[in-house]
Amino acid sequence: MAQADQQNPSDEQEVMKGTSAVAKGVMAANPDVVSAYPITPQTGVVEKLSELVADGKLDSEFIKVDSEFNAASTCIGASAAGARAFSATSSQGLKLMSEPLFTAAGMRLPIVMAVANRSLSAPLSIWADHTDAFAERDGGMLQFHAEDVQEAIDHVLLGFRVAEQVNLPALSNFDGFILTHVQEPANIPTEEEVSEFLPPREPEYTLDPSDPKTMGAYARPEHWTESRYEIQRAMMESREVWADAVEEFKDVFGRDYTEYGGMLDTYYADDADHIIVAMGSIAGTIRNVVDAYREDGEKVGMVRPRVFRPFPAPELRDALADAESVAVLTKEMSPGYESAFAGEIKGALYHAESQPPVKSYVLGMAGRDVKPEDIADIIEDVKTATPKMDFDESESWPQLRPELLKGGDA
Amino acid sequence: MSDTQDPYENLKITTGVVAEPNTSRANKTGSWREFKPVIDTDACIGCGQCDTYCPDQAAKPVEGEDFYGFDLDYCKGCGICAEVCPTDAIEMVREVK
Repeated sequence: MAQADQQNPSDEQEVMKGTSAVAKGVMAANPDVVSAYPITPQTGVVEKLSELVADGKLDSEFIKVDSEFNAASTCIGASAAGARAFSATSSQGLKLMSEPLFTAAGMRLPIVMAVANRSLSAPLSIWADHTDAFAERDGGMLQFHAEDVQEAIDHVLLGFRVAEQVNLPALSNFDGFILTHVQEPANIPTEEEVSEFLPPREPEYTLDPSDPKTMGAYARPEHWTESRYEIQRAMMESREVWADAVEEFKDVFGRDYTEYGGMLDTYYADDADHIIVAMGSIAGTIRNVVDAYREDGEKVGMVRPRVFRPFPAPELRDALADAESVAVLTKEMSPGYESAFAGEIKGALYHAESQPPVKSYVLGMAGRDVKPEDIADIIEDVKTATPKMDFDESESWPQLRPELLKGGDA
Repeated sequence: MSDTQDPYENLKITTGVVAEPNTSRANKTGSWREFKPVIDTDACIGCGQCDTYCPDQAAKPVEGEDFYGFDLDYCKGCGICAEVCPTDAIEMVREVK
């Protein structure tokens, strides 16, 4: 849980920009290869890493490339040769990496990436939302969402640990600008701590000219299905691996992400009548609104999936079981249907014992501020949720400015 | 690898589907071809431009000769060799099937 009451950095903490803090965390994981292409708002991560390499503080190959496609492809080559490979990107850069990232998943290469979430063009925007991460949902990459800078650091370390055990790439998401450009206190892990938590990578196969192998080449119809099924199985197995990793993380670093096996983080959700579900940095604002409702004696709570892939379906079923209504706040949308996040939560509840009504709210797109009063309005609205709702009733865009739309107030 | 044995027959699904090298040679892609390269061995000066540019490594020097030939098991008939040949020794001829 984020420490809302903690104002000043403790002795162990340092105050630095989010991107620098993540880079320092990556440094402690001692990657063999870093390859990336600059893009706002990620740039600071790899800029700091290149500086650390140039200053001799980090013994890694920093490979400069001509595009994100090449950055991801370079990581594939490095990872196939047995290296621990890291990259970072945002938005359009993640789009350009999409093809090699699906390949990395199929080749079962545990590349870990920090993704500074930003909306996708057009229109061009450099600001935060989750449309980039959701567009990569089906590739076979593990995905986590950080609430604050500390989690953005820690999820990368957990990412390496889990990715290297289950042989899948990982995207560690943290909101662009809100977390990349904020300065807040965080514990920067040391290399000693990380080496205790993160064993050296032991790949099953490596590219080796003296013992050549073909990786990720042609598969006929009689083989492809099985190779894709193995990704699904690795994803499902990663739930257990993640649960063990957060336990050990707590022992080594003292930070506790063990709730619901590390899949969910909840805030006053146990006895809540109305539960907000959201991912990422918006959770900080939601906590304040929950506090205000609780002061008034109203049972409102929050459930925040920390992990998005594998999807925390059993955990969400449990956490939402006793709610009268559920409000999904999401910074993405799937044109032609509803929010993908909301759809997955509803899917998780479909065969569950208890099926609280779910309303989804598309907001905070492309960095639009979400204020406490916006969230309070949503809590009031979700109280009207019923088991049967038309599509127009179940999803809304509460921040929409009708005066900007074609034909005036739509 | 023997040419007659299908290397895919007993392909095991390893982590990341790692296979022995050269397995793709079993997939003979020459049947896709609409045009095939025919070389005028007198005009060929053996410069190897066709080999350099062939995307499928199907143009090779003919053993014991000073001209080039084509492996029709893999040549897809793209015609790049005919384009780059400095002596116009290669003609693309429609396949009769």
